[in-house]
Amino acid sequence: MLTEENLKKVDELRKRYPKSQAALLPVLWIAQEQEGWISEDMMRHIGTMLNLPFGHVLGVVTFYTMYNSAPKGKYHIEICTNVSCMLRGSDKILEAVEHRCGAKPGQTSADGKWSVSEVECMGACGGAPMLAIGEEYYENLTPDKTERLLESLK
Amino acid sequence: MERYILPEIPDYHKLEVYEQHGGYAALKKALGMKPEEVTDEVKKSNLRGRGGACFPTGLKWTFMPKQTTKPKYLCVNGDESEPGTFKDRQIFEFNPHLLIEGTAIACCAMGITTAYIYIRGEYGKWIKMLQKALDDAYVKGYVGENILGSGFSTNIYLHKGAGAYICGEESALMNSIEGQRGYPRVRPPFPAQNGVWGCPTTINNVETISNVPLIINRGWEWYSKIGSPKHPGPILVGVSGHVNKPGVYEVATGELLTDLIYRYAGGIPGDTKIKALIPGGSSTMILRGDALEGVRMDAESLKAAGSSVGTAGMIVMDENTDLIRVITRIAKFYYHESCGQCTPCREGTGWLWKILKRFETGDGQTSDIDLLMDIANNIEGNTICALGDAAAWPVQSMIRRFRDEFEKRVSKTPNGSPEPSDRNRHAEKTATVSL
Repeated sequence: MLTEENLKKVDELRKRYPKSQAALLPVLWIAQEQEGWISEDMMRHIGTMLNLPFGHVLGVVTFYTMYNSAPKGKYHIEICTNVSCMLRGSDKILEAVEHRCGAKPGQTSADGKWSVSEVECMGACGGAPMLAIGEEYYENLTPDKTERLLESLK
Repeated sequence: MERYILPEIPDYHKLEVYEQHGGYAALKKALGMKPEEVTDEVKKSNLRGRGGACFPTGLKWTFMPKQTTKPKYLCVNGDESEPGTFKDRQIFEFNPHLLIEGTAIACCAMGITTAYIYIRGEYGKWIKMLQKALDDAYVKGYVGENILGSGFSTNIYLHKGAGAYICGEESALMNSIEGQRGYPRVRPPFPAQNGVWGCPTTINNVETISNVPLIINRGWEWYSKIGSPKHPGPILVGVSGHVNKPGVYEVATGELLTDLIYRYAGGIPGDTKIKALIPGGSSTMILRGDALEGVRMDAESLKAAGSSVGTAGMIVMDENTDLIRVITRIAKFYYHESCGQCTPCREGTGWLWKILKRFETGDGQTSDIDLLMDIANNIEGNTICALGDAAAWPVQSMIRRFRDEFEKRVSKTPNGSPEPSDRNRHAEKTATVSL
């Protein structure tokens, strides 16, 4: 469940909005940053905290693609394959990632190190092709650069 | 042209540098004006929204009720998820105080005491940059209680999205702020009457709001003379795809598309011809490469050319591009992002994608071309929000302007595609997408 420190953050957040339901998205972010994903127990915990039915919380978690309702690997690699990236060879980047990580989009590698996702436009079209790991964007990739990047992650 | 939104000044994102160059002078000026004078200034400047619809900003502000017992809200839209669009990110990184100043001025003009800047969740790093700037602005008294001793107070909060294209749609954005799924709302009632929590609300794009301090500083007359008279001002144009120097370029509206491609973005690699251009993000109608001469980056010129400015995110495609693959990818995007409320969009986007995949693998039927058009026509105009239209327009325009590309894929031996095996793999891989 949320740590004491994070519960304090939630109290601060609630002041920003006239209704507690509005704190749901930011509180889910706090939960995900703490645990790496959002379990059903966590959803119930947050629901009780914000006075929301479990169904509402679940509905929100599943609607937004960035909330993980299952654990992810140590590194979550998100590769954009939308048009601007596709035109500049995102296929080859995806191939390099699949090859190096041993996981296809939607999968986590057997050793739990890598999760791979194919994502929609990340707003980095000027640096296409690109991938993101956490909040970090890696742009202007080539298959070689991608290999070297993944190699550097221990 | 001098750059106003993204000036070439080192460390401009820092408050002290921004102040040294006249930052927050517009806010001081606005606080000394009557609110309706501020709105009037923006109205006369002819500033039009940079989020896609080109709606006159000053006019939108006048829709907010003056007499109301309810609190009023401003939502600044930084969801920026339209494929081909990456301009607001530049503002968060290089000129965050311009956005904060514009937000405070807009609040002052409309008597708003709470503003939310909604930013897509993927921009976590940029949210932190903007938050740092916002914290600094609070410390200096540009935001918060009794701004610069004027008696006017307003709070600005950042609200982080979580991965949903639809939340860039203004009513879905409001639902998302309220802690709900990002479902667009039926209008009327419009946000100015019934917005977040049923209160009067205005929603403006990040780039739109960032133009406001310029107008207040130098006056509407100065601003309205920049670029095209009916759609004036500086505009951030993103150029991506097959160009030598992809990136965001600040120009005056009315810049020739060909200048943007050749002069700013360095032309096409290998000096090949342009086959097609998406001028303003994936929702805008695709243009033929041989029909770009004389077309300008402004609402009137692009409308006359059969498309629209959208978010000014240009995607350039050279003569070797497999356009069927491009349109199939675009269709997959809208299928993935449809919120599922309206049947024509929820079902129609999936049908478009499925049929387009047949062309991608060379298995299309001649009758499928008309079927695609029929489905697209039945989505357009029949949904709560514009995502349905956004899914229909690329398909309709692609068929109208590149029908031969579809006809080629009807034959048993498809040509024109550089890597057929790769194409098949792509189709298989994407078949697992679920809503």
